[in-house]
Amino acid sequence: MSTATLTPALDVSGTAPTPFSRLVRTELRKTYDTRSGLWLLISIAVVTALVMVIQVSVALAQDLEVGFNDFLTSTSFSIGFLLPVLGILLLTSEWSQRTAMVSFSLEPRRTLVIVAKLVVGIIYAVAAVLVTLLLATVCTAVFDALSDIPADWDFTVKQTLLFLLLQVFGMLTGFAFAALLLNSPAAIVLYFAYSFILPTIFGIGAELIGWFHDIQPWIDFNNAQVPLFDTDGSVSGQEWAHLAVSGVIWLVIPLVIGFWRVLRAEVK
Amino acid sequence: MITVERLTRKYGAFTAVDDISFVCQPGRVTGFLGPNGAGKTTTMRVMVGLTPATAGSVTIGGHHYHDIPNPGRHVGVLLDASAQHGGRTGREVLELGALSMGLPKTRVDEMLEMVSLTQAEAKRRIRNYSLGMKQRLGIAHALLGDPSVLILDEPANGLDPAGIRWMRGLLKGYAERGGTVLLSSHLLHEVEQIADEMILIGNGRIVAQGDKKSLLANAATGGVHSFATSLDNEALAAALTAKGVTVTSAGDGLRVDAETVEVGRTALEAGVVLTDLRNGEGGLEDLFLELTAETQRETVA
Repeated sequence: MSTATLTPALDVSGTAPTPFSRLVRTELRKTYDTRSGLWLLISIAVVTALVMVIQVSVALAQDLEVGFNDFLTSTSFSIGFLLPVLGILLLTSEWSQRTAMVSFSLEPRRTLVIVAKLVVGIIYAVAAVLVTLLLATVCTAVFDALSDIPADWDFTVKQTLLFLLLQVFGMLTGFAFAALLLNSPAAIVLYFAYSFILPTIFGIGAELIGWFHDIQPWIDFNNAQVPLFDTDGSVSGQEWAHLAVSGVIWLVIPLVIGFWRVLRAEVK
Repeated sequence: MITVERLTRKYGAFTAVDDISFVCQPGRVTGFLGPNGAGKTTTMRVMVGLTPATAGSVTIGGHHYHDIPNPGRHVGVLLDASAQHGGRTGREVLELGALSMGLPKTRVDEMLEMVSLTQAEAKRRIRNYSLGMKQRLGIAHALLGDPSVLILDEPANGLDPAGIRWMRGLLKGYAERGGTVLLSSHLLHEVEQIADEMILIGNGRIVAQGDKKSLLANAATGGVHSFATSLDNEALAAALTAKGVTVTSAGDGLRVDAETVEVGRTALEAGVVLTDLRNGEGGLEDLFLELTAETQRETVA
């Protein structure tokens, strides 16, 4: 053929690479521009509010004492497991809906797309914490006004930050499992097995096997997160060490393998 | 503008694309033609970096796709019109694209108008779109960033005849303004009407390439033929056979392995009235089927 023909070059010097902030905005918008995405966000807020309303009603009816901290603790039944699901769907929906083909042809630097999604997940974790604090304030005030028992408002800035860290960890764990499996149902099943079945197995193992009892704190990421909401905001040095080591196992390693997989995957 | 050099893609023992090289020039529509599973889609996916190549490379205007900043502004891609979130509206898909590429929202309305999707249709969710509407949306998405190169996989799939004619005009105009177009199809007549240049692929290998004329010239061995219908087919067939020309019956008429002029002359000599006589338009089709015969799922009778 016309081998002598010179292929004209494409002048790309005038085009700036897509800025990261625009990728984040695009990824953020993808989370609420479908009915299913929007309803997931709405239901997270509704479930969080619902759990607190039930809590405040029961406390009022049975003259129990509840405080601000109790309302935050109850979120382990709401954002505690819905944020990880959001983290999973952030990533896997691109595969189940096959939109990854469009996303990665518009931005071939896949790492940036995935990191943008991660940033969106963290934005939602922060937003969820803000909404939770607001709801907890309202519920505590309602309890204070209606009950004879004075409400316990005690909650420090440090506790707030630890609570935020807890939610970010939850979201990231879901995201890491999603990157590892790239499949919504599989990642959700894995996450629930990890958070509901694994602690039991670890518990039994620690009970029966002596040496396992010693290493369990270092490999049980669920358990290592307990000090983040169970105490008055003081986490000991050893507890931080447990958190770091188990976090590497359950969060960093899956995330790294997942990233490597997404970068190499053939996108269909 | 698109240069494919010795590209190979293997999946284990299976070779989807086997050492292919070709060039798509600007100002021309290049048709990428081959039966299902010939390797067209794999080649196009390698072009935009969705599938890594096993060996060889593809460059677009001298760049690897990965190195083109904001590639949507330079290369318009439509690989699968169905690969969109069914819950998004058509407009939202384009607005997301515009947001990602950094384009003004007015561009979305321009594109919707260009592909003749009404405002009401654009507000519908994609799961309610027909394949033809998805294709129009996909073409709009590919053109959104005003690229100079277009890579379209089976864009005519699902379009109605009017839609195919519209797309033909659109792509011709685009190439005339200097754009580079590569489109794939498994339907010959779809491609031969649009493409200035054709690349025939079968079994992962290029079996022929060139414009329609040169392809036909090379296929001379395939033999010319014509179709004739007359008031007395039997007499005409007998006269042609007497001249040593192979005649077979085809529908109401005859398929004659000779040029039309030869058939006309024979009819005149035999005194048979011809009611229809035309060139075997299947020349290219025969060539296509013949060249890709080994890879066809159905053997050609």
